Amino acid sequence: MISVMEVYQLLPKTNCKRCGLPTCMAFAVALISREKTIEDCTPLLEEAKYEKKLAGLRELLAPILSADATETGMVIHPEKCYGCGNCVVACPVNVASDPKGTAIGRGPVSGKAILMVEDGVVKCVNVDECRRFGPEKVLCNACIATCPSKAIEFI
Amino acid sequence: MAFCTGCSLLCDDIVVDLDGGKIGKTMNLCRKGHAHYSSIGSGRLTPCVDGSEVGVEDAMMAAAEVLAGADNPLLFGWGASTLEAQRAGVDLAKKLGGAIDDPSSYSQGLITEKIIAGDLPTCTLDDVRNFADVSIYWGDDPSSSHPRHMSRFSYFPRGEKRQRGYEEDREAIVIDVRKSPTAQIAADGFFKITPGGDGAFIEALVASLAGKIPKVEDKKRMLNLGTKLRKAKFGAIFTGQGLAHSLRGDLSGFVSLVGKLNEITRFSVIPTLGDYNTRGFNQTLFDETGHVNSVSFKDGVRHGREFSIARLLDSCDAVMVMGSDPAAALPAAIAKKLERAAMVAVGSHRNMTTDFAKVSVPMAVAGIEAGGSCLRTDGVRVEFDGLVRSDHLSDVDIIKRIMEAV
Repeated sequence: MISVMEVYQLLPKTNCKRCGLPTCMAFAVALISREKTIEDCTPLLEEAKYEKKLAGLRELLAPILSADATETGMVIHPEKCYGCGNCVVACPVNVASDPKGTAIGRGPVSGKAILMVEDGVVKCVNVDECRRFGPEKVLCNACIATCPSKAIEFI
Repeated sequence: MAFCTGCSLLCDDIVVDLDGGKIGKTMNLCRKGHAHYSSIGSGRLTPCVDGSEVGVEDAMMAAAEVLAGADNPLLFGWGASTLEAQRAGVDLAKKLGGAIDDPSSYSQGLITEKIIAGDLPTCTLDDVRNFADVSIYWGDDPSSSHPRHMSRFSYFPRGEKRQRGYEEDREAIVIDVRKSPTAQIAADGFFKITPGGDGAFIEALVASLAGKIPKVEDKKRMLNLGTKLRKAKFGAIFTGQGLAHSLRGDLSGFVSLVGKLNEITRFSVIPTLGDYNTRGFNQTLFDETGHVNSVSFKDGVRHGREFSIARLLDSCDAVMVMGSDPAAALPAAIAKKLERAAMVAVGSHRNMTTDFAKVSVPMAVAGIEAGGSCLRTDGVRVEFDGLVRSDHLSDVDIIKRIMEAV
């Protein structure tokens, strides 16, 4: 999990407002929630003195920007996953949308499940149904807390 | 829907894409099951006699010759065979006047025997899902050995009387020597014991159930556990090899603990068995002889530790290994003795045992290439069909063919 302070330390900290936000701290929050991109901070890109900070920021945010992460920030480490399906059965969205399948411990049958096990490894689909999706997100952690191998994380 | 014979849970909700008769994408299989399904295309056993490849028929004839020429043959394995093949195997042992045994003689055979004989109360895994509010994993790590155990039956799913699942309706208690992946899920319900400390833990638990001060370091926690178990409405104890090995064949303390729990509330015991049909073999042999393993048919039916593979390898002159790998599973000092006897290995894949067998006979993988029936780890009978076409003979056909030729 990347903290706001970590990101803030790598910003110019001048509160220049060129990104459209009142402070660099607000920009740090927006970067983590993917509402803004690094390119929105023009001083960081244009001024040579920030070169080191920019490289550091790109490195820090690489997991968030990678293709592996879903829009909710969920990253699945397939090499660690047992395919046990604990997260599939524990996920409150799966339970509510699939009472005859995942809710009673079986594989999903309704087509609305957001987590399912494919080829022995868990996979996230229908990501917009996840409780962590969108601006009104709830910091649900059912899939992380029930994983025996720490194969799921949110960044 | 397909069946998975990767472990003794026999998951029946598997979806498999068959791409021109080959296994394609799979859904709902755990990592272990997926590996089981994927394995049908690689590492298969070939029919061999004395290291040279022969036809399957010749290999079966050579196997029959080895067994017929032996005075004390041992038929070992059977956990990864269908009920039909196990039934035929018991008949073959009778015909040969040999001994028959399975890996339960060095793992959970005693616990399974007590359950089958009715000395330990049991229930089905579906009962656990519907009614259990306390699941105890004792010397057992299903997260690693049976990945879907907790999600399909024992902890996470919603059931008839357990509508709120693990969040409010269920409690997991893990008693183990190390913080296993299952123990990590149980979090506060994990009780760490020293290796071999299960007997002392049983004594402490019995004391705390009776309201006495238990002789352990953390008395308060043990008393709390006693109270929790007293208040349980439907408890399930899942036993693993850790418990079986630690008690060293003396189950009296454990049986008395389960008895005391059942005086207060309802507690059932379900063993977590390894191979997909270990329970089936134990039941088949019990129905026939009254014992679950280590039986000799020479001079009537005899049973005892002396007929287990660990002891018999000193005296038997031929071994038939059926879908098992004792060379890898047994301690090296005992496994080395497998070299002494002429060995026939029947199996689906190559392994350490088949590599130094005199005769090897390949068989189909039950549940994928051949149908049959078997018993789940809780004793529920399951029937299944083959999924793909295969040139390999099924296990029951091989045993019957060998029996005809003996």
